[in-house]
Amino acid sequence: MILSVRDLKVSFRTNDGLVRAIDGVSFDLEESEILGVVGESGSGKTVSLLAVMGLITDPNAIIEGSIRYKDRELVGLPARELRRLRGNEIAMIFQDPMTALTPVYTIGWQIAEQIRAHRNISKAKAMERVEELLAEVNFPNPHEAMSRYPHQLSGGMRQRAVIAMALSCNPALLVADEPTTALDVTVQAGILDLVRKLRATHKSAVVFITHDMGVVSELADRVMVMYAGRVVERGTRTELFSDPRHPYTRALLGSIPPLTGEKPRRLPAIPGSPPSLLRLPQGCAFGPRCPVQYEPCVADKPDLRGGTHAAACYRVAQA
Amino acid sequence: MIDSPILETRSLGKRFSIGIRFSAEGKRTVHAVDNVSLTVRRGETVGLVGESGCGKSTLARCLVRLYDISDGQLLFEGDDITSKSLSELRPLRRRLQMVFQDPSASLNPRRRVGDLVAEPLRIHGKLSSREITARVAELFDLVGLQPDHVMRYPHEFSGGQRQRVGIARAIALNPDLVVLDEPVSALDVSVQAQIVNLLADLQEKLNLTYIFIAHDLSVVRQVSTRIAVMYLGSIVEEGPAEEVFAAPAHPYSQALISAVPVVETTPNGMRKRIILTGDVPSPLNPPSGCRFHPRCPIAVERCRSERPELREYRPGRKVACHFPTT
Ligand SMILES: Nc1ncnc2c1ncn2[C@@H]1O[C@H](COP(=O)(O)OP(=O)(O)OP(=O)(O)O)[C@@H](O)[C@H]1O
Ligand SMILES: Nc1ncnc2c1ncn2[C@@H]1O[C@H](COP(=O)(O)OP(=O)(O)O)[C@@H](O)[C@H]1O
Ligand code: SF4
Ligand code: SF4
Ligand SMILES: [Mg+2]
Ligand SMILES: [Mg+2]
Repeated sequence: MILSVRDLKVSFRTNDGLVRAIDGVSFDLEESEILGVVGESGSGKTVSLLAVMGLITDPNAIIEGSIRYKDRELVGLPARELRRLRGNEIAMIFQDPMTALTPVYTIGWQIAEQIRAHRNISKAKAMERVEELLAEVNFPNPHEAMSRYPHQLSGGMRQRAVIAMALSCNPALLVADEPTTALDVTVQAGILDLVRKLRATHKSAVVFITHDMGVVSELADRVMVMYAGRVVERGTRTELFSDPRHPYTRALLGSIPPLTGEKPRRLPAIPGSPPSLLRLPQGCAFGPRCPVQYEPCVADKPDLRGGTHAAACYRVAQA
Repeated sequence: MIDSPILETRSLGKRFSIGIRFSAEGKRTVHAVDNVSLTVRRGETVGLVGESGCGKSTLARCLVRLYDISDGQLLFEGDDITSKSLSELRPLRRRLQMVFQDPSASLNPRRRVGDLVAEPLRIHGKLSSREITARVAELFDLVGLQPDHVMRYPHEFSGGQRQRVGIARAIALNPDLVVLDEPVSALDVSVQAQIVNLLADLQEKLNLTYIFIAHDLSVVRQVSTRIAVMYLGSIVEEGPAEEVFAAPAHPYSQALISAVPVVETTPNGMRKRIILTGDVPSPLNPPSGCRFHPRCPIAVERCRSERPELREYRPGRKVACHFPTT
């Protein structure tokens, strides 16, 4: 087991009250496994990952629960220790590649520095390695690319440079937060290929966050669907996509227009919009938008029930 | 006159000059839209697709004359409006509207949404304030907002509701043609479908013609009757939406459509994917011959020197390629 998260809760004290961003999230991740996390904006995807990485610095944040990485408890670990882990074994990629790059240095220099910060090798050796890495992420001309500044690269090339940087430490765990959301589908296809390759050649475990059901269905081994800070359904890719059980998962899949075959005259839309985390209903958070809500849903929040394929819904528990 | 063109472009082009005036290279020109000839018929929805930077928004802005046109002609109901002055355009403005991606950026945060929707009515219309109030109520009802929402401010709304406000503004003056530039791209997946349905309802009720831009290809397919695929400023393929998606003729359209991730319910049902090597070239320095040749999997010598014209190879289907799949 690479990563084991138990009952993670993150809240933020704000002027308007307590924002319960994450309310009891648990999951496990094995070596060379890709976990896809899907949910709409505000469902808590980013916050849960930042919590796992020890990157929530907001003094108003309250973090509870347990995060075990290779049998080490990360909650409460000193910042310095966490930083070491992040550079050595855990790599991250974000939606905006510029969060990981500095505009003032060439990408070759930046990746080489990253390597040298964690390994005791000469500058020349590091540069050789950079060229290999850039070739690995499909830069057509890696040698030439090393001398480029970030602004001289397209968005897709920048994201690939960040992936090269992530690869440089042979990460046991790669955490990717919507890394392709800002990219064209043609470029996205190449990045998804790279993530698959990384898993195959480096045996990295991957947590891949996206709001795109198509992306998870093509990439992930296991999937976790989030809504309003909770996991509403989880399962293997096949379980989740061939037998979606939670009304939210079903509705979300139903509202995606098809790319082939007959066009529906109207799309089956979900009414309303995601709830404010400041005013969550007492019962099921999806209740106000749920087509099959009934009495039990209003009183208490449903727990996630089932084996590998589990859903948090009273209707599903009954069946 | 079902089939008469409402809007037509003839070899339309838009150039931007950029660069440092006193540099050795002098001014440089970006050909953001290059030689586009497109006919839009009344009541249809033309979807524009293509990678970021290929010129979709620039073309859209030319079509509603938010940009001056550098080359070619723009015709509205057969009338050449390429170089009409702002005052000559005034009566037309009402009939040509545009909706943008980010609903919050286009709405003044300090104004109540009722005011925001009334604004175009005040500027253009000749309505009394009582009539304006009635029209605003009618528009709110049309786009699915509650009557008491008129007193709210934009920030009190969700993204989907703000886009409804943006749409209410655009249809306030009963336009004929609405250009929608990424109208659902900033919205949550669960809210996108609501807006897509709303746009379809409005089109039917108000007999609107749409030009629809989105980077989500399945959304474009859903709303469009016809689609035009753009690459580096030009249209490379055009045809009925469902036909083009089912059997794209241009190698670029094939790669683009094959790259869309779709939900597969069977474990081994993965579609064959064409992964393009190389990045979108810069329009500052476009490749010779066929603009797509450096990335085209089937390019041959001829493609490097000879640029293919967009031609109708079958009624209703156009392609710009020497070797289309037909
Ligand atoms: N005002 C401008 N000055 C100079 N160049 C411009 C200007 N506006 C657009 N361009 C250039 O014209 C080309 C087309 O841009 P445009 O915004 O139309 O692309 P797009 O297809 O809408 O892309 P996206 O999908 O990212 O919205 C790009 O190369 C862009 O950099
Ligand atoms: N520092 C913070 N203070 C208050 N609320 C926050 C803070 N960071 C995140 N949130 C809230 O937590 C919720 C979950 O956010 P996030 O994890 O970023 O969502 P996602 O990544 O799924 O779009 C949101 O409602 C967001 O506004
Ligand atoms: S618990 Fe009730 S309201 Fe929630 S998803 Fe299930 S049926 Fe719907
Ligand atoms: S003209 Fe040649 S390079 Fe261009 S798309 Fe066709 S085959 Fe490819
Ligand atoms: Mg996020
Ligand atoms: Mg644009």
